[in-house]
Formats: sequence, C-alpha cells, structure tokens
Amino acid sequence: MKQKRYLLYSLLLAALIIAALIAIDNSSLKSSMLSTILQKGVIYALLAVSMNLLNGFTGLFSLGQAGFMLLGAYTYAILTIPVEARSAVYQYFDGGLVQFSVPVAVGIIAAGLVAAIFAFLIGLPVLRLKSDYLAIATLGFAEIIRALIQWNTLGPITNGSNILRKFPTFSSILFPFAVSAVSIGLIVLLIRSSYGRAFKAIREDEIAAEAMGINLAKHKMMAFCTSSFFAGVGGAMLAMFQQSVQAKYFTSAMTYEILLIVVIGGIGSVTGSIISSFLFVACSEWWLRFLDAEHYIGNFKVPLLRAGFRMVVFSIVIMVIVLFYRRGIMGTNEFSWQAIERFFKNLFGRKAMIKEREGGGVE
Amino acid sequence: MSNTILRMEDVTMQFGGVVAVNNLSLEVNEGEIVALIGPNGAGKTTAFNCITGVYEPTNGQIFYRDEILVANYPQGKMKKLYAGENAGKYTKVVKRTPDEITRMGIARTFQNIRLFSSLTALENVLISQHLHINSGMFSATLLSQLPFIKSKARKEEEHMYKRAVELLAEVGLEQYKNEVSGSLPYGIQRRLEIARALATNPNLLLLDEPAAGMNPQETRVLTEFIVEIKDRYKLSIFMIEHHMDVVMSISDRIYVLDFGKLIAHGTREEVQNNQRVIDAYLGVAEDA
Amino acid sequence: MHDFFYYIQLLLAGITVGSLYALIAIGYTMVYGILRLINFAHGDIFMAAGFFMIFISATTSIYVSLPIVLILTVILGVAVERVAYRPLREAPRMSVMISAIGVSYLLQNFATYYTGGLARPYPVIPFLTREVTIGSMTVKALTIITPVLTVILVVALVLLINRTKIGMAMRAVAKDQNTARLMGIKINNVISVTFVIGSFLAAVGSILYFSNYEQVTPTAGAMPGLKAFVAAVFGGIGSIPGAVLGAYVIGIVETFIKANNDYAIFSNAFTFALLIIILVFRPHGLFGEKLTEKV
Repeated sequence: MKQKRYLLYSLLLAALIIAALIAIDNSSLKSSMLSTILQKGVIYALLAVSMNLLNGFTGLFSLGQAGFMLLGAYTYAILTIPVEARSAVYQYFDGGLVQFSVPVAVGIIAAGLVAAIFAFLIGLPVLRLKSDYLAIATLGFAEIIRALIQWNTLGPITNGSNILRKFPTFSSILFPFAVSAVSIGLIVLLIRSSYGRAFKAIREDEIAAEAMGINLAKHKMMAFCTSSFFAGVGGAMLAMFQQSVQAKYFTSAMTYEILLIVVIGGIGSVTGSIISSFLFVACSEWWLRFLDAEHYIGNFKVPLLRAGFRMVVFSIVIMVIVLFYRRGIMGTNEFSWQAIERFFKNLFGRKAMIKEREGGGVE
Repeated sequence: MSNTILRMEDVTMQFGGVVAVNNLSLEVNEGEIVALIGPNGAGKTTAFNCITGVYEPTNGQIFYRDEILVANYPQGKMKKLYAGENAGKYTKVVKRTPDEITRMGIARTFQNIRLFSSLTALENVLISQHLHINSGMFSATLLSQLPFIKSKARKEEEHMYKRAVELLAEVGLEQYKNEVSGSLPYGIQRRLEIARALATNPNLLLLDEPAAGMNPQETRVLTEFIVEIKDRYKLSIFMIEHHMDVVMSISDRIYVLDFGKLIAHGTREEVQNNQRVIDAYLGVAEDA
Repeated sequence: MHDFFYYIQLLLAGITVGSLYALIAIGYTMVYGILRLINFAHGDIFMAAGFFMIFISATTSIYVSLPIVLILTVILGVAVERVAYRPLREAPRMSVMISAIGVSYLLQNFATYYTGGLARPYPVIPFLTREVTIGSMTVKALTIITPVLTVILVVALVLLINRTKIGMAMRAVAKDQNTARLMGIKINNVISVTFVIGSFLAAVGSILYFSNYEQVTPTAGAMPGLKAFVAAVFGGIGSIPGAVLGAYVIGIVETFIKANNDYAIFSNAFTFALLIIILVFRPHGLFGEKLTEKV
C-alpha cells in the first residue's frame, strides 16, 4: 500500500515540475538567469550522478570525466552539424570529412556510445590499478584525448583546435530535463539492481567482494563504461547548452568541479549530487556574483570585493566542507517519501504522541 | 567410501626471502570437518589464500574435487630452490581468480572480519547471490524493476531477496536484517560473515579463526552452529582455529603447521599426544 | 636539416627543463613516500613562489627577495599540510586526495583573484639571465646553473636522508608509520620537515623556471606539477634518484617533441602516455619496491 502512495507522490511531483518548466518556457523567463541555471544545473546533475556512480558507489577514484564529456560533446557536434553549414565550420579543413548529419537523438546516443567505447579501451589496462594511480592514469588519458582532438591531422574530423558550432541546440527547457531525468533514472535503477549491489561491494571491500564470487575486472568495467556513457551524454548536452564546443575548455579543472559537486552533495548519494549540482550552478552563476563586483557603502568601498573573489569564497567553502563536513549534504542517504512523511508527522503529531505515551500501558 | 573434496600437493608459497608455506600436502574429504592449527605466523591463512586464489603459490597444485584450482611449477629464481625431485614436476600453469573459485563451490570467511560494513546484513547476504545471476546488466536494471512487468529478471531478483531473508532466518539473524552490518555486535558479525559465505551455495567452507575473540559461552554456541550448518547445508568444512576446545570437539582430523611446514596430522588423540606439536606450541626447553 | 649545435641546444634546454621538473618531483615523491598522498597542490605552491617573487621584488631588491621567497614558500607548504592534510590523516585516502584537489583549486583561484588573472612579468635576475658563450653557442647563464644546482641539491638531499638522524626518521616513517611512532619518532615533525624540503626545492625550481619563461600565470603550476608527478611515478614513487631520472627523461623528450611543429601538441600527452605505460607494465616504477597486500 505504501508503495502505491509513494508512486502517486512521485507522479504528482513530476507533473508539478513539468508544469513549472512549461510555464517558464512560455513566459518571459525563458532567457532569464533562472532558466540558464535550471538548464546548466540539470546537465551538471547528470554529470555528477554519473561520476558518483563510479567514484561514490563503486569506489573507483577516476579523474577522467572531462575526457569522456569531451568525447561526447564532440561526437554529438560532429554528427549533427547540418551538411550545409559544414564548410563554414570546417573552414580550415575543406568542409571536413563527415558529410552527413544525424537526428539529435541519434547524436546523443552516439555521444554516449563513443565515450563508453573509449572507456572500455582505457579501462582494460587501467582499472586494476590502485586508487591513487587510477586517478592519475585516468587524468592522463583525459589529457591525451584532449590533445588528440586538437591535433591538426585529425582536423578534418574534429576541426582541430577550432570551435565547433551550428549544431542543433535546445528548443525548450524541457529537453535537458527529460534527457537527464531518464538518464539519472536509469542509473538509479542500476544502483538498485543486483549489479549495483555488486558495485557497492567492490567499494566496501574488493577482496571480500571477489571472495563472494564477484568478478572484479568485469564489474569495474561495467561501472566505468556506464559512467562514461552518461558522461558522454552529459557532454553532448553541455555542447547543446553552450551552443559551441572547443576542446581546450575540457580541462581537468572541469573534472575537479564535478568531483567537488559530488563531494558537497555526499559521495554515495544520488539525491545529494542532484541538489548539490543546482546549488553549485546557482551559486557560481548567480548568487555569489555580487562578490565579484565592487560595492560601495556611501563613499566607502567595501574591501576585497572584486572580480575573482567569488571563486575564492567558493573554494574556501569547499575546503570547509571537505575538512569538516566530509559526508556532504546528504551523506549516503537518498530522498525518500517515507522520511518526508515522518518529518511532517513529527512536526504535527507531537501532541498526539505525548498523549499516547502518558495514557499508554506497559510495553 | 568418501571422495576428496580438496587436495593440496607440495604447495609452497614464498614471498621474497620468506617461505610462508613449505611443501604442504593435505586433504579434506566430503562431509569432514578438518582443522588446520599451529602457532601464529605458521602460514595457515597463507594456505587459505593459496586455495582461494588470493595468492598464486610458488609451487604445487591444489585440487577441488577433480578440477585443478591452481598448478604452478617453479619459475625463474625459484627454480634452484626446488632442485631435486620436485623440480619442474608440473608442466601446466593454471591460475584462477578468487571469484572463479568461489563459483566452483568454495567459500570462505576472513581472520579479521571483512563484512561490507556500511551495508545492511541483508545486503551483505544478497551480494553473495550475485554470482549466480542469469540476467545481464540491462535486464537486471530495466526489466527487473519496472512496475507491472513480470519478467524473468524480476523473478530472479525476488528469488534472491527471498533466499537472503530465509538464510538470515535459518542462521538466527533475521532481526538484524536491516541493521548496518558494521554496527552489529562482534559475535553477530562473525555469524553474519559465515551466513554471507553460505549464501554463495558452497560445498566446501573455509573458516578462518571463526571463534577469534569469543568468550567460552560464545565459543560453545559457535561450535554447535558449525555442526548445524554442516549438516543442514551438506558442507565440508576446513577451518583454521586457535581455540582448542572448538578444534578438539568437532574436528574429524587435524593438520598442524609450524613455520610453514606440516609437522603432524591425524585424529585428535594422535595430535594431542604428538611431542612435536607440544614443542611447537610451548617451545623447546633451553637445556635438554 | 638542423646542424649538430641545434640538437645540442635542444638537449641543453631539455636538461634545464628536466632539472626543474626534478626539483618539483622530489617534493611529490617524498610526500607520497611518507603520507601515501599525491599532493595535487604541490604544483600550485611552485606557482605561488613565482608570484611571491614578483610582488616582493617590487618593493625590495632582488637579493633580499630571494631568501624571503624561499621562506614564504616553505611557510605556505607547511601551512597547507597543517590545515588541509593533517586533520584528515585518519580519513580514507580519497578524502585526503580530494582535499589536495581543493587546495589546488583554492590556490589557483586566489592567485587569479589577487592578480586579476593576467600574466605578470617575472623580475629579471641578472646573474641568471645574462648570456654566456660556450664555443659557438650562446646560452643564458641559467641553462648551465640549473642542472648544476639541481645536482648539488639532490646530492645534498640524498646525503641528508641517508646520513643524518632526521633522514633516518624520514625513512622509518615512510616504511611503517605506526612502528616509527612506537619507536618515539615524532611523526608530525618528520612530516613537516618533508614539506619544508619539498617546498624549498619547489621555490628554487620556480626561481629558475620563471627566470626562463619570464612570466607567471595562476595556472602556471598545474602542468609542471603533473609532469613532475609522472616523473616521480616513473622513477618509483618514494625513490628520489628515480624521480630525478624520470624528470630528465620527460624534460628531454618533451623538448624534442615540442621542437617538431607537427607533433608539438603532443608534448604534454607524451608525459601521460609514459605514465600509462609505466603504470601498466611496472606500476612500482623503475626503482620502486613491489608491495603485496596482506589479506
């Protein structure tokens, strides 16, 4: 019975969100800061959850996210630029090698697949390394991928170090939400399945997991490829959001940002990653912006406030969380209707509970 | 006429300059409880690790029923150590990963409990059933969890869940099923680790110091528990133990290890009265 | 084709770069040997030293600034350890690494904020940048000074580690922290000394590096830092001679790659390819020890 009630709650919530998004889309808010933040936030939410799957749930400390995002973004862009636009975009490469274009949906799925294929190839040698070495090896591969894409010889495909643009972008704010929601939903289902439990076992104790019959190489590869697939999808969406892509921006700094988002939300909590993504984007794009501008109180110029201060404050906040609130916002907990119901029961049911206890018999 | 379920032949495990297990040969037959005892550092856990594939022995063969688990012949620098009759005896090199070995039917517990401590007792036992899963990643993710669809994957998931709950009840741990395993009392954790090993459906169970850290009362309960599970699940048991009361009360046969070498083997009485065993445990007097 | 002297000059340039990577790599390998921590922030400490020099030499003479920069960098390094790593010593490894990444992030953002993000010119240090003629080649003095100074410092360090009491303490802590503590070694002091040495060498390295490159940006430390780390892994993490050797290999090969226009974009990628090859075929590096985990 509980299950049915919770399902109802979830459907209602989903309907509410969709309604709100449609409203934003059709109103003056369409190009507003709020819309930007919602779109960027939901894309980062997918990126954070996919990273969490690998780092938080399987315990594989990988820093290669930016590389897979880059592969996804470029795959999408390369495949979906309309044929007429190619000579303009690939101006230094005679219009480029790829002379067809695919629908958006195909482009996004291809983005994920290409990322997953690279993950498979990279994972073969790398996944058996110890955690610190895995981190550096994946970081290294991300850098190699970035260099490869910018290589002039591959220019006919990737446009070398030039910008890729003119590919299809979002027509409505619902699009990124839909893609993210489906992707995150799939990841959650995976985590809840027997394979997800196997991933958690690997995180808890590799040796015990192996002793209980879990093939480490196979399952680590599964987690790695799945996580990279969705990183690729996220990368494609990032490309659509920004409306242009250039390899040089997909540096390790981007991976660090996502890692920090995961840590803030709670390693091992999907809900935490989602919440923290929106918070992160809101703070860095919007709320803390005031820290970057010079402010005056009367004739007195407030010290410290100028361009770049926002990132400093932000970095300090992150350090505080890493040092003192290591479990992040949600720890390893997830959103549950049960917890919310209990919260409200406690709030309004106090009196009833006290009466019960006083009048109640021996336990 | 009983069959041999486990056989070690001339197994040697060398780490750099240390020979942890030296030419060990032993057997466990179906339905037996065999104990491996010896002073600390004698190489007992190392022997377990060789059987379960955690270490690859420097030399020797290990058989599970008729299948080879591992077979190694001395290579490179090790060759000169084995000059003589054992040199180059095995021409095959067979290695299996621990998970393969578990899938063949051998399960184990660890000396220092290795539960999945932030997961619940139920999850621990559920994980041990993953090795038998038939659904691939896609079916397990999608089909088994979408509401209103009764698929094979879903049935499999439900079956695993039911089995896990049943198993916890069978070992008397059902009230802990939703407790985080790392926060359970020590004795319960040890029992849970055994339950988790049982969930892989083994034929041979390796117990590494199951009674470690227990008081006499707990030890008695554990001893009964071991016999109970052996009968109920039709197991053969090979255990490392320091608590002599456990060893002496239920072992069919005992092997004694000291400094990696087998120094005695036999029934309880034979081993109890063996002078070499007594010397190994108590030390030899300075002046003879 | 290019003549012989062209290649000699490339080689010298490579040795110079290699020496600089070596000075940074030593810091990484020592810290990893003792704490099992990849100090992601080490490269940014190198960068900070560069900025210290720029700002301090604006107010006092070069010769006064030099020692001040060394001292400030050491203070920064020790402070980072105290604030960001010490509290997490009992925490899982991932947490400390995330903390290191956080520190790196903070240092870079602070540098961007403080300097406005633009590159700042590095002050000219006469005795380093003046030209010296050898045979038919003209090079900057620092092309000669750098390797010599590096070798001197490395030898001094190796002597310190092997012949002094503090060196022995460091080796003990690197081998087995708990036992070392039981033997009465003050772990915190040993760790602080490690960071002092690492930061000092990074500061020296930064003086030589930026005198060559003539400008400092907030992200100037990231790549050299990462490459120095790869050098340390290549040589065997925890081994100082190994780190130095690795640094020279990377420095020289990279310089030669950069000289070729077609492949210049891969100069950074070479380092990472080297890293992956060593991790796959010999993860403990050239001179490192193989570790087996006790089950």
